[in-house]
Amino acid sequence: MGLSTFSRGIHPPDMKELSSGSPLKPAKQPSTAIIPLSQHIGAPCTSTVDIGQVVLAGQQIGSAGGFVSAPVHASISGKVSAISVFPMANGRMVPCIVIENNNQNQFVDFEVNKDFMSLSPEELKKKITAAGIVGMGGATFPTHVKLSPPKEKPIDAVLINGAECEPYLTADHRQMIERPADVISGLKILMKVLGVKNGYVGIENNKPDAIEKMTEAAKSESAIKIITLEVKYPQGAEKMLIKAILNREVPAGGLPMDIGVVVQNVGTAAAIYEACALGKPLIERVVSVTGNGIKNPSNLIVKIGTTFSQLIEECGGLNNNAVKVISGGPMMGFAVFSLDVPVTKGTSGIVAMSENQVDATEKHGPCIRCGRCIEACPMGLIPSMLSIYSERSMFEGAKEYHLFDCFECGSCTFVCPAKRPIVQFVRLAKSLVKP
Amino acid sequence: MDATLKKDNLLVSVSPHVKSEESVSRIMWTVCLSLMPALISGVYYFGPRAALVTALCILTALFSELLFKRFVNADSTINDGSAFLTGLLVGLNFPATVAFYIPIVSTFFAIVITKQLFGGLGYNVFNPALMARAFALITWPRAMTTWIEPTAKFIGVDAHTTATPLGILKEDGLDKLMAVFGNASSMYTELFFGHRAGSLGETSILALLIGAAILLYKRYITWHIPLSFLGTAALLAWVFGGKTGLFTGDPILHLLSGGMVLGAFFMATDYVTAPSLKAGQILFGVCCGAITMMIRLKGGFPEGVMFAILIMNCFAPIIDRNFKTKVFGAKKANKDKGK
Ligand code: SF4
Ligand code: SF4
Repeated sequence: MGLSTFSRGIHPPDMKELSSGSPLKPAKQPSTAIIPLSQHIGAPCTSTVDIGQVVLAGQQIGSAGGFVSAPVHASISGKVSAISVFPMANGRMVPCIVIENNNQNQFVDFEVNKDFMSLSPEELKKKITAAGIVGMGGATFPTHVKLSPPKEKPIDAVLINGAECEPYLTADHRQMIERPADVISGLKILMKVLGVKNGYVGIENNKPDAIEKMTEAAKSESAIKIITLEVKYPQGAEKMLIKAILNREVPAGGLPMDIGVVVQNVGTAAAIYEACALGKPLIERVVSVTGNGIKNPSNLIVKIGTTFSQLIEECGGLNNNAVKVISGGPMMGFAVFSLDVPVTKGTSGIVAMSENQVDATEKHGPCIRCGRCIEACPMGLIPSMLSIYSERSMFEGAKEYHLFDCFECGSCTFVCPAKRPIVQFVRLAKSLVKP
Repeated sequence: MDATLKKDNLLVSVSPHVKSEESVSRIMWTVCLSLMPALISGVYYFGPRAALVTALCILTALFSELLFKRFVNADSTINDGSAFLTGLLVGLNFPATVAFYIPIVSTFFAIVITKQLFGGLGYNVFNPALMARAFALITWPRAMTTWIEPTAKFIGVDAHTTATPLGILKEDGLDKLMAVFGNASSMYTELFFGHRAGSLGETSILALLIGAAILLYKRYITWHIPLSFLGTAALLAWVFGGKTGLFTGDPILHLLSGGMVLGAFFMATDYVTAPSLKAGQILFGVCCGAITMMIRLKGGFPEGVMFAILIMNCFAPIIDRNFKTKVFGAKKANKDKGK
């Protein structure tokens, strides 16, 4: 009681104990890295290398395709063996640069800057832009865009999202325990770039060790507050996080910057620190490889472009009862159809579900109007009506029930006793009507 | 590659990939379970015939549902428990002495006409069990208003016919009713434990409250409908229920008698036929309570719970359409929901 949170929401079993005790560990370097030219929301990159060319780890291999875009870098050193389309975890086909590892581990020279806090906001932002940093919680929105708010939208608070409300995932949790100072430094850089005096880190109450470590790390920073949040899904959704910490509501259809807030996730903050202090571009990230279908659940530091199959193998392989592998968390992640898809900047986890957790034959029934979905929806929508209108192809009706305010968190679908695929109906409707 | 690494037969589906354990059938069967104390009390007070009537209703409900689904070539829905629940509720709403064909025909009516012809579970406008009772009351008014005195004996029932407390209240007034029970406190006690004439499942308030507690604890129902229903009824009974002027009525008597508790906790809360939004549920409950008391105090029937709920069932969709949720980030609650 008394902890910060938002209204409604759900309490799925968090299942974090599978991997929360496993320290960060670098994964083996891949023998081949498949690096997508589009790992972010916005314009895809243009390749700046040719087939046959030898590249160094950290070298830029794709240049940003516009302002809302982010460059990509080689995560290993080796020879470019192919530039062609490959399937991603979400099923999309995306142009990728394939690098054969030469096992020389050659890096470009990173521009280390111990005194990074004395750099000007512009210089810091340039480093963040050049490092190709995007939102690493899964949204993959280019960070420098969030750091360039229009003049008429002054920012007065930066939030670091340490809620990690998706079940199973523990990547952010481990980073807060093992590199709290980096996260705090990342936050300080963000505050400096935006000229903001108030920084917050929101952490769910089920990670007391992270709260302790982060509070310790932020002890001498009077401008930074560590906020303990109630454990509730989707606490880590931007709008819910802002509501919980600042009690401000992002207007419907609006962005956090409309109410003076920028939100970044824990992993992103750490990457920002690395970019500014160590000159290191975003070429690796922490991935929780977990789930009841994985032999040895772990939190790995993974080179971008490593395939899921290699990581799963490194974690002991799949259990015999594993039937489904998810990229991201089980509430909003994608079930992959192949394990030969690469980890990208937005891959927060690989979760293998076992047979008894998945009912492939489940049928949904009619809505019994029990109201559970209404009680669950963090956006205050009436999901039952969205699903009923969509099921009957009355998509305009769904629009009147605020179809486009739904951010597809899946809470309604989680609670529905009739097992109605409400989010799926929502997606269908969204694809068939104009906002 | 590792032999245990599966690659070709991964299951693909859209998120969310985890769901709660709750299901329609679990809810229905739990509600059935929560009504067991009421059924047991019915058998205790009115003899084994109470069990027989209820069993007949349940069997008819299951059979009707099966038959209808067979007839329209649809998958059987027996396992979802909703037909069983309807049968059980119909049974609890009948006098134990009723002739056997009446519950059979009425239950068939509830399942086929009230539920299935409206589209089946989720689409029916009226509470099927209450429609069965209304149907029986209108078709066989004598049989449905012939009550026997409760007896705690199981066999050798030498049943006297009698009137329900509300019937006595309506026909002969409070003094007569007091005379039946002795004094006020023994009247309340007898009513609370269920030692009175009435439908076989409605008399024991104690049994019903045990069931209601289970549903509230499991959050299968919330306080909104029952509390607003009972609260409104109690208030109106107190204000207008007295013979000697305003504010002299007896709210406790009204709450404990008739089908008030059964209706407020188990019938008015039926998901399908009540509003889904909490604010709407409160309005729904208040109206149910008000209509019930209007009928009891001014209408031609001694009891009004059934008609009150059925009338409000018609309004549930309209109520739902006119109450809004506060959409996150919206400037104010949206005015133009629905059509
Ligand atoms: S309607 Fe949309 S926002 Fe609301 S719970 Fe369902 S998925 Fe989440
Ligand atoms: S949770 Fe499912 S059954 Fe209940 S109201 Fe929502 S859609 Fe209908």
